[in-house]
Amino acid sequence: MHPWIGAGSEDRQDLLHELGLETIDQLFARLPESVCIDHLDLPPAQDEISLRRAFFDLGLNTTTAAREPSFFGAGVYNHIRPAAVDAVLSRAEFFTSYTPYQPEISQGTLQALFEFQTLMTRLTCMEVSNASLYDGATAVVEAVLFAFRVLRLKRPRVVIADTVHPIYRSVLDTYADPTGLEIVTVPAGPDGRLDIEALEAAITDDTCCVAVQSPNFLGVVEDLPVVAQAAHRVGALAVHVVTEALSMALLRAGGHFAFDVVCGEAQSFGVAPGYGGPHLGFFTCKEKTIRQMPGRLCGETVDSEGNRAFCLTLSTREQHIRRAKATSNICTNQGLMALAATVWLEAIGGSGLRRLAEDNLSRAHDLARRLVDEDTGWRLAFPDSPFFNEFLIQGPIGGTEIARKAAEAGILAGIPVARWSTRWPDGLLIAVTEQNSSADLDALIETLRVAS
Amino acid sequence: MKRRAHRDEPLFFERNPKRRGRQGILLPTFDGPSTQPASVLPAEVLLDDRPLWPDISEMDLVTHFHRLSQLNYAVDEGLYPLGSCTMKYNPRINEAVAGLSAFNAAHPLQPDHQVQGVLEVMWELEETLKTITGMPGVTLQPAAGAHGELAGILMIRKALEARGESREIILVPDSAHGTNPATAAFAGFRAVEIPSGPDGTVDLQALDTAMNENVAAVMLTVPNTLGVFEHRIVEIAELVHSRGGFVYMDGANLNAFVGRALPGLMGADAMHINLHKTFSTPHGGGGPGAGPVTVSEALLPYLPVPRVVKTDDGFSMLWSGENSIGSLRGFSGSFLILLRALVYMRGMGGDGLREMSETGVLFANIIRKRLEGAYHLQYDTPTMHEVVFDDSEQVKNGVHNTDIAKRLLDYGFHPPTMSFPLVVHGALMIEPTESFGPEEIDAFCEAMLAIAKEAEETPDLVRAAPHETPVKRIDEVRAARNLKVRFVDEA
Ligand SMILES: Cc1ncc(COP(=O)(O)O)c(C=O)c1O
Repeated sequence: MHPWIGAGSEDRQDLLHELGLETIDQLFARLPESVCIDHLDLPPAQDEISLRRAFFDLGLNTTTAAREPSFFGAGVYNHIRPAAVDAVLSRAEFFTSYTPYQPEISQGTLQALFEFQTLMTRLTCMEVSNASLYDGATAVVEAVLFAFRVLRLKRPRVVIADTVHPIYRSVLDTYADPTGLEIVTVPAGPDGRLDIEALEAAITDDTCCVAVQSPNFLGVVEDLPVVAQAAHRVGALAVHVVTEALSMALLRAGGHFAFDVVCGEAQSFGVAPGYGGPHLGFFTCKEKTIRQMPGRLCGETVDSEGNRAFCLTLSTREQHIRRAKATSNICTNQGLMALAATVWLEAIGGSGLRRLAEDNLSRAHDLARRLVDEDTGWRLAFPDSPFFNEFLIQGPIGGTEIARKAAEAGILAGIPVARWSTRWPDGLLIAVTEQNSSADLDALIETLRVAS
Repeated sequence: MKRRAHRDEPLFFERNPKRRGRQGILLPTFDGPSTQPASVLPAEVLLDDRPLWPDISEMDLVTHFHRLSQLNYAVDEGLYPLGSCTMKYNPRINEAVAGLSAFNAAHPLQPDHQVQGVLEVMWELEETLKTITGMPGVTLQPAAGAHGELAGILMIRKALEARGESREIILVPDSAHGTNPATAAFAGFRAVEIPSGPDGTVDLQALDTAMNENVAAVMLTVPNTLGVFEHRIVEIAELVHSRGGFVYMDGANLNAFVGRALPGLMGADAMHINLHKTFSTPHGGGGPGAGPVTVSEALLPYLPVPRVVKTDDGFSMLWSGENSIGSLRGFSGSFLILLRALVYMRGMGGDGLREMSETGVLFANIIRKRLEGAYHLQYDTPTMHEVVFDDSEQVKNGVHNTDIAKRLLDYGFHPPTMSFPLVVHGALMIEPTESFGPEEIDAFCEAMLAIAKEAEETPDLVRAAPHETPVKRIDEVRAARNLKVRFVDEA
């Protein structure tokens, strides 16, 4: 019998005998014949040696940031992942357990979640954090639906900045389609920042939420206080979307400006890019709206001897209790990624986090300055707008073309935004992290110069 | 969970909260010019530089989490018979492959030609899932089962729209998982319950009555959450289809019949597959999972994008589709989970996958046979991969299912799923899976029998359980009443 099956062939006979059966087929007697098959048309079992070879070979067909300098960002960032983080995650006690339904034997997972929630509320300056959502895109959807519920399903209008990640906006469109929500997008001005006049004009009395990303998809830091004021003027909820979570170590998150939700993607915190997942959606809000919050939540309590302990709480919001009236249908979430973020944030440390963010800022700004100063022919699309570690450039050739040429030269130069942006169709979006050495920066500058 | 030393591990924030100057990792230094934040960022958005939490050394960090880990039960520790969750072994080869940088460092927006290996994995997984289900199309995008349900229901919605219909109702059996009605509501439908018949399967008469022209779909779990196979599934599907509805199949329980039957032959239009159940990807303390959805011919045009396609020059990612419901998440799926599932499928092979289901069903039947005298079984219909007992015998002595669960902790086992499905009052839903050997199943059954005996002879002992866990019974009511959901410094 296969090693991943506990009963051997002799065991199988004994067990069948115990049940008074002759063949295993008898256990499936209830299945109508018309739906049954007698075997699966798949290749035979592969042993470990050939599995390793086969997947290693598939990997050879793939070029990644592990092999070449990469300036790819746009919601997925290439940050340091300490070996200790992987070591913790690979502990079977964490990765082979499930949702802590039995808190007495799950205090490890629960305490880590409680620490995660604390870390996230400190970063966002909010009061409560859930224990994760699928990813940044679905977190934005959940925030919009949350705002709709908080305002008693009476305000169907959702105002969202055009510079929220275009994939997130398309996911919102998918979800909003059956709900009757009306999604209104507000364009950015020529400086890449949200056009505040257009925003104010878009917000009406039936607006339930105003969602803005900062730093936005183009890397530009938005004027969050003004956005919150505009939303609150009509009683709408203000939602701050974050895709580069490290930015919150340097830039005040929405909680500092009375935002009602800060949510998004925390993949930056120790989660591998992994061609798109699994990543880590996060959701933070105010305590007064906690009962409308989607997803799992860990709370502190005591055991029967009065000692501190943790358990999942407010599950009356969730599908297994509330069913059709639940605040979300989410069940399995991103628990292990929340653990990754917890270990990562603690490993980096309170002082280290700030230093890491400043490091990213220095590298990105150095690159930006050099692009201009060293006559590469490339310029910043928004030279007067503040940015953290990501920015859009334009040059003598289009973003798509330069990206292709750079790839030939062995550099993942950045992401052409042509696919989404009609406003800056020739732009190339560049993210710079601590993984980009000054040699990488030199190489990118050289490539940009030569290729154009 | 007896063997663990008691250890009160403080919260990270409590250990020397003011201490600075330690490091958990040496950060790289930039040898170019440094930029002062205040010189490039507006003052009103700039955070002050007070650290938000303490610093810790690498050893102390690892110790902290090592100690926390020791407070957890996990599959690697022993039987984890959480019904409906399929807590099977997580093969280590899956982890080894997922650790390859060619996969985990790939960026989802890289051009297709750079990530052919990644795309080939996705394509092969799609083909394999089609073979396993006998269904012609699949999306790998959903992040978990519930997310897959939403994908399926949105496709059904779109197919109805294409027919010019706007049906409003989704029928859900009363035994269904909570995500089913929640998903129906999320997708803009009204969930209407249909009662189970006396054998635990769908009451055909009730379905016939409820199945009118306002019903978009029926969501059925096969086998259902009682571990009972819907033996009239073909008639059910025919009935639903004949009235213009769709059949959504909740495939959370697919571990019951891989290689023995095909959902495609049952008449399913869409079915999610929890890769984190049937196909061995680790549950991660709550996630991540992945919930690909296979679809029938009728729903093919509506599959989400992006999705992988095979062309003459290799594989590419298709980012739009004329009739597609669109995207359900960022990027194309939880790739590293998809990868693990494919490694598992290849490692098992076609025959291994069939033996997997057979053994899971065999063990569930053994457990049923051994415990039947001691625990009440509401439905005596044949058992597939899981068996649902209830506490009605023990309640006579004041012992409830939660007490039985807590007592099991003392015996060193994870308890079954509790109080679900809702059609069984005081349910104990046991799913052993195929992974463990008969000795582990023996030990579990013995523990359950011993507890049944204790419930009669020393009920207080059971009611006061657990006695041997790192913490004693936890006051969950207090957690909800007196909400504390983050650590707040006293100072
Ligand atoms: C029967 C059933 N349906 C749906 C789900 C939802 O799956 P997931 O938790 O992956 O979202 C589950 C699992 O928890 C389940 O047991």
